[in-house]
Amino acid sequence: MAGAFWCLVEDDRKGQPKKVMAEVLGEATRLGGPVEAVWLTDKASDDGLKQLGAWGAKKVWLLENAGLAPYRGEVWVPPVAELVAKENPKAILAPVTSRQREFMARLAAKLGVGLSADSVALAMNGDALVATRPIYAGKLLSKVTWAKQPWMATLRPNVFKPADSQAGASAGVERLSLTIPGAQMKFVERREEASTGLPELTEAEIVLSGGRGMKGPENYVILEELGGIIGAAVGASRAAVDAGWRPHRFQIGQTGRTISPKLYMGFGVSGAIQHLAGMRTSKIIVAVNKDPEAPIFKIADYGIVGDLFEVVPELTNEFKKLLEK
Amino acid sequence: MKILVTIKQVPDTATQVKIGGDGKQIDTAGITWIVSPYDEFAVEEALRIKEKRGQGEVVAVSLGPDRVKEALRSALAMGCDRAIHVNDPALAGADTLTTARVLAAVVKQEAPGLVLCGRQAIDDDMGAVGAQMAEVLGWPCASWIMEETIDGDGKTVKVGRQVEGGLEIFELPLPAVLSAQKGINEPRYPTLKGIMGAKKKEIKDLKASDLGVTAVTPELSISALEALPARPPGRIIPGEVKDSVKELVRALREDAKAI
Repeated sequence: MAGAFWCLVEDDRKGQPKKVMAEVLGEATRLGGPVEAVWLTDKASDDGLKQLGAWGAKKVWLLENAGLAPYRGEVWVPPVAELVAKENPKAILAPVTSRQREFMARLAAKLGVGLSADSVALAMNGDALVATRPIYAGKLLSKVTWAKQPWMATLRPNVFKPADSQAGASAGVERLSLTIPGAQMKFVERREEASTGLPELTEAEIVLSGGRGMKGPENYVILEELGGIIGAAVGASRAAVDAGWRPHRFQIGQTGRTISPKLYMGFGVSGAIQHLAGMRTSKIIVAVNKDPEAPIFKIADYGIVGDLFEVVPELTNEFKKLLEK
Repeated sequence: MKILVTIKQVPDTATQVKIGGDGKQIDTAGITWIVSPYDEFAVEEALRIKEKRGQGEVVAVSLGPDRVKEALRSALAMGCDRAIHVNDPALAGADTLTTARVLAAVVKQEAPGLVLCGRQAIDDDMGAVGAQMAEVLGWPCASWIMEETIDGDGKTVKVGRQVEGGLEIFELPLPAVLSAQKGINEPRYPTLKGIMGAKKKEIKDLKASDLGVTAVTPELSISALEALPARPPGRIIPGEVKDSVKELVRALREDAKAI
């Protein structure tokens, strides 16, 4: 409907919305709604549609078409732009993910409106939306406003409060039959990364990060072991990635991934500005480093000055005991 | 093949940034400027394509005030053949969309076979310009690419796009816009010869009017810059490892409720 807050659905490619959608839908509700989900997929499940309603969507615009997977901007933009022109939403929100990041930028260009990327706060100021976003390696925050609607913003995962799942709530589903353009881009294949069995870095609630103090690639196994116990992802600092100890996809920081977990624990990480840029919005920060002068202690909530090779095994033991209780 | 690389000059990561007098921009006094690191990956990739094909031209393009010439000189020193500098005070408040429109206008004039850019600039971290340029041009685009191979006759490019959990491989018809992710290559350092040679290479100056672009009100504007809220002071847990770890786990569980 006109004036709605749209939330673009990020799914697991198997018909289920990802849990980050609870954050996006929750924020749209908090901003005043009305809240509607827009889901482009090759396959939506009934469970998934119900889940969107439970998280606060009053309506789901569903575009289900085999041509929509995998994501290609040139295929996704035209039908959504057509729907925007018909429905006049007030705002379009999406989580920061690999495809939404590109899609939202292209859609904003198509619609001729502004986009606030990687927002960490949204608030209404009278009738206008104001977004807050980190800039300059997270050294400053910038408040941004739009010249016109729809206000478009991507939301950093793990920052916004997720909606509680309301079992009774349901969304009306409108299945759309918009024309899907043919693709110039031809999909060849998907190459899966070797799975660590641990959560994805940007989605994890707990992240362990190993820096130069890890001394070598062979030692990350102790972090993976701890990660396995507490359900944490394992990342690395730039120093460790540049030394070739970990593949680049594990890098946390300005030239890597931006994370905002409930709990970040850095081991042998000094806390260079470019690393802080990727993790400083974490809720609780723990630092373990031999060097009491390491800059990471300045932003840490808890610190242990000590040898990570003594601390990590001890942590693994303690958490094992705790979680077995 | 002609390849156009868009670059942005940004403050060095280690530079202190202070909020300027108007509260909306940073104070640029004393800032060390660099080419945004992702753009260096884009420049490097363009140079490698040219070297591999044994022919072609690499053109670096940037938008911004006079100081941006330095960034363009760095790209020329790395090996770009020539540069274009869109230098117009009317574009000073350009948002990503205006920037994308200006760059797309340059692309139309130059008609390259490929446009490369960095996945995002490390000053405002928007990461939107590449995709928006593609939209304005009506070209296919692939963001965050980790690898690319152009076919022999320069008609298509096969790319690996980094996504959650893996790489998606696509074949795109050229011309197209690609944005480079870290890991695609290791950018070269300019040689002394390169630096000397860069001084003689052409940097063409353009105004918005040369591109048929009129400066418009930005669609997204900064209303204020703010310092980060201070984090509450932290706590160093002293003692023997066994005891301090025990206390840390207790604090994470009971005080912070983080686990």
